[in-house]
Amino acid sequence: MKYMLMIYNNPATMQEMTDQERNGILTQVDMIMKELTESGELVGGEALADPSTAKTVRVRGGVETATDGPFAEAKEQLAGYLTVECETEARAIEIAARWPDAQYCAMEVRAVLDTAGMEM
Amino acid sequence: MTPNPRIERLLRELTPQVLGALVRRYGQFDMCEEAVQEALLAASLQWPEEGLPDNPRGWLVTVASRRLADQLRSESARRRREDSAAARMTVDQTMAPAPDEEQLADRDDTVTLLVLCCHPSLSQASQVALTLRAVGGLTTAEIARAFLVPESTMAQRISRAKQRIRATGTQFRMPPENELDERMTAVLHVLYLIFNEGYTSSSGPDLARGDLTWEAIRLTRAVFRLLPDDGEVAGLLALMLLTEARRPARTTPDGSLVPLAEQDRRRWNSGYIAEGVALISRTLTSAPLGQYQLQAAIAAIHDEAPTAQDTDWPQIVALYGLLQHRSPTPMVRLNRAVAVAMVHGPAAGLAMLDALDANDRIAGHHRLDAVRAHLLEMAGDLVAARSNYQKAARATTSMPEKRYLEARAAHLMDVEAD
Repeated sequence: MKYMLMIYNNPATMQEMTDQERNGILTQVDMIMKELTESGELVGGEALADPSTAKTVRVRGGVETATDGPFAEAKEQLAGYLTVECETEARAIEIAARWPDAQYCAMEVRAVLDTAGMEM
Repeated sequence: MTPNPRIERLLRELTPQVLGALVRRYGQFDMCEEAVQEALLAASLQWPEEGLPDNPRGWLVTVASRRLADQLRSESARRRREDSAAARMTVDQTMAPAPDEEQLADRDDTVTLLVLCCHPSLSQASQVALTLRAVGGLTTAEIARAFLVPESTMAQRISRAKQRIRATGTQFRMPPENELDERMTAVLHVLYLIFNEGYTSSSGPDLARGDLTWEAIRLTRAVFRLLPDDGEVAGLLALMLLTEARRPARTTPDGSLVPLAEQDRRRWNSGYIAEGVALISRTLTSAPLGQYQLQAAIAAIHDEAPTAQDTDWPQIVALYGLLQHRSPTPMVRLNRAVAVAMVHGPAAGLAMLDALDANDRIAGHHRLDAVRAHLLEMAGDLVAARSNYQKAARATTSMPEKRYLEARAAHLMDVEAD
């Protein structure tokens, strides 16, 4: 089963970190990425630029508008994601728990819809 | 270059024989497997241009042996020590077929290789991937496409699986008698998983996954040829044929699921049905009973009914009873409840579902909610049916199932409104 692990953090908190804290996080992230790559569980993932660079696009009555800033006004924002393929949901949760942002903010684990299906 | 289907098919069929010959001669399953893949690639490039060699199998063994020698040499150079296998291997040995070549040619190592690829130390995803590559002769790119993951992910999975097998020190031979049953169960399960992965995929962009059913049937046929008296092998092959027969009718062109009762039976593949029915009828009278045979027998009853109304449900109930006796899984109990509802009415089926609510392995599973919705609809309780369809739609992780369940719920809303 494929899961998306959505990484949430507060950009303000990240900015206040010391270099040492930041390097600690990067080391931890590198370690997990290496492990997931070697195990063949890593399917994909991206890190996102700061939420202030986001544009939110809406179409109302056929009229398109693009406003500056993220869709949801919140301190915590989506910072990136990983897609993993795991044997169990418990394994996906275990990976999420080890991701550093789980300590500072939160990770959201959600199954990716499969295109396969059984007759009901 | 467009792939030549006849050559691709021949290469896939020769893969386990060539790999078997190499592993027998040189050991080192992981490196032999790599060398065989390179030989297959060389063949798929050269044969369409230059024509088939006189002895395709011998050609592949020779080329793969040469590649293996190269690999071993560069590895031993890198490690700055003589690898014993490389030292044993002379250039002459790699260039010409060995004296025992003719004897080896008679031997089919497919089953031994399958047992190795389905080693219990590997995860199921790795067993599936390694089986498709080492025994099925598929490339990593093809397997990655079929499972919708990047090629690099699949390559890692396969290489990790081979390292694991190497680390266990497993020898290339059939396991001892006392382990054989368990190991063959794992092999059949992997073949079944490969089949299902292809069968449950929708049409259209997922054609690569659909090919997996064909691969699974081809590999199961190969095992059946080698072990014709194994009832479960025959049962699994029959189950695959009887299920695959319905594939043209199980989805609409846009990929929507069509339930069994609503499928256009004229579109079922009558050739597969005839073959599957003959196979399972013969097996049921001659071999000890097993779960694949029982599932195949149930599939045969569905396939032989000219219309959904003609289905022999009492016999299906009896077969699910036997199946539940051997493997009392919640899924079997759930399917039995459906059959019971078809014979004794929805109330009887719903009562059986209530017992499953207490079972941790299936409580909250979308199939339980979907079946309950279906039986409630049969019973005429449309409000409860609709909320159960909605519950199931939220719980499933399959896109086509979600669409089907949502459509079913919406349909009931329309019925109520009328």
